[in-house]
Amino acid sequence: MRAYAGLAGVWVRASWTYRTSFWLLLASSFAMNAIEFVSVLFVFANVPDLGGFGLREVAFLYGTTGVSMAVANLLVSGVEDLGRAIRTGTLDQMLVRPVPLLVQVCTERFALRRVGRLLQAVAVLMWACWWLTWTPLTVGLTVLTLVCGSVLFFCLFVLVSSLQFWTTDAAEAANAFTYGGNTLTQYPLTIYPGGLVKALTFVVPVAFVNWYPSLLVLGRTDASDLPGWAGYLSPVAAAGLALVTGIVWRAGVRHYRSTGS
Amino acid sequence: MSLIEVRDLRRDFVVRRRTGRFSRTRDVVTAVRDVSFSVEAGEMVGYIGPNGAGKSTTIKMLTGILVPTSGHVEVAGVDPSRHRTALARRIGVVFGQRSSLWWDLPLRDSFDLLARLHDLPRARYRENLGRFADLLDLTALLDTPVRQLSLGQRMRGEITAALLHDPDVLYLDEPTIGLDVVSKARLRAFLRELNAERGTTLLLTTHDLGDIEALCDRVVLIDHGSLAFDGPLTSVQALAGATRTLVVDLAEPGPPIDVPGARTTRVDGPRQWLSFPADASAAPVIAAVAAGYAVADLSLQEPDVEQVIARLYEGRG
Repeated sequence: MRAYAGLAGVWVRASWTYRTSFWLLLASSFAMNAIEFVSVLFVFANVPDLGGFGLREVAFLYGTTGVSMAVANLLVSGVEDLGRAIRTGTLDQMLVRPVPLLVQVCTERFALRRVGRLLQAVAVLMWACWWLTWTPLTVGLTVLTLVCGSVLFFCLFVLVSSLQFWTTDAAEAANAFTYGGNTLTQYPLTIYPGGLVKALTFVVPVAFVNWYPSLLVLGRTDASDLPGWAGYLSPVAAAGLALVTGIVWRAGVRHYRSTGS
Repeated sequence: MSLIEVRDLRRDFVVRRRTGRFSRTRDVVTAVRDVSFSVEAGEMVGYIGPNGAGKSTTIKMLTGILVPTSGHVEVAGVDPSRHRTALARRIGVVFGQRSSLWWDLPLRDSFDLLARLHDLPRARYRENLGRFADLLDLTALLDTPVRQLSLGQRMRGEITAALLHDPDVLYLDEPTIGLDVVSKARLRAFLRELNAERGTTLLLTTHDLGDIEALCDRVVLIDHGSLAFDGPLTSVQALAGATRTLVVDLAEPGPPIDVPGARTTRVDGPRQWLSFPADASAAPVIAAVAAGYAVADLSLQEPDVEQVIARLYEGRG
């Protein structure tokens, strides 16, 4: 943790030397995501509900996946650039430092400006929460959702990026799963065909980022084929994905150390 | 127990080549072939060989960056590829062509961060930094961002960075490449002192014969992946028959230069190459050339490791 903070701090200070551009990037990151949510508002100007969910409920889904995504995206800043670290030899330098490689890769070019995305997602989530009636259970469940959601996206980022140990140009394909997973879960999964929902549940488990636990919070367990307790399984999904990610990452590092030149 | 122990070390690389639209062949290239040597604590060893001989591959296996295909490596009592992070606390690595410092940060911030990554006690860090910055003449540069440093200054920064945590072994990959004569001399003096004072073991790869002469009691020569020579290299051996080259740019093309003590080996337009024994002084040759010809520019090339390697082979053959 100390190493993470120290390494990330380097890049924060570095970006701070170009203060104006830092604020501009942060603002544009906020604005881009804000515009995305405006388009959701426009959809609701034309239809009363989406797949049986009203605007406030969709805003809750949008906010939970948005916050999870933004937290993960911030924490894994450098992972998408793993290919570059391999090509330029930066990875060799990292391998001779007494800090876990994943920590070093994540903090490489740590992009604090991504906080812009987080602020926007938090704003939407706060607005959605305003209309809900809260019990201790739903508060706890919402917090748990955000934690597990962040872990799920974090692992997904690391998992798809580890493919760059084998093919250094896999970054683009990787985005389909991470950013794609985020976009899909901004809407109620009832609008998608059943096959896709199954895939998002059992293959790439992004449905556990927000969908299943949110159904419990929103009191809408009727909208899913799975029983209501599926909403409590997010930690299980997160732990499972973390395990797979750990195995693939290790294999990737091992593979690098046996082919890198 | 030696500090570095290498036995029958081998490293293969699989190279996939496209031979047709869908077919690919798999070639196995052996970069390091059954190399064995050991280094005792406190030794200064030159690890030399032509380009592509397997020097970097060996160093990478000694630091844990690469996993050996077969054979045995032990550094400071551990297997590098298995205990990479633990070993990182006991070794220092300087890759001459790459930087371990943070480009946008002042030198001091890079050092602070490295000390933190190594969990270095505050007092020891301050003492080491003070000492190395003083010896390497970096004190005035500590607040300069790395990107504004000259190559020589940066290299001194890299070496300080590699030494902050008191490593037992320091690997140096081409430490003096691109440095001017004064910087080279200063760096060599520092490394000698480091070795004498702290007993730090040095393993360096270099193309510069001067580095070996100044620093190494022993040379390990690797060629085409195999060990070709391991032993002390006296300067007699190194310099017997080795030559220095004086490159002369004349004001205009002319016949080969004829001066005592040197031989013209190549003429290309106004540029000529004169070689003379490496143990002779360059001054009389330069004076004679300058006196007898219209010279536009002069430069001196030191003998390099390739010549020594050729010499060693001749000696054996």
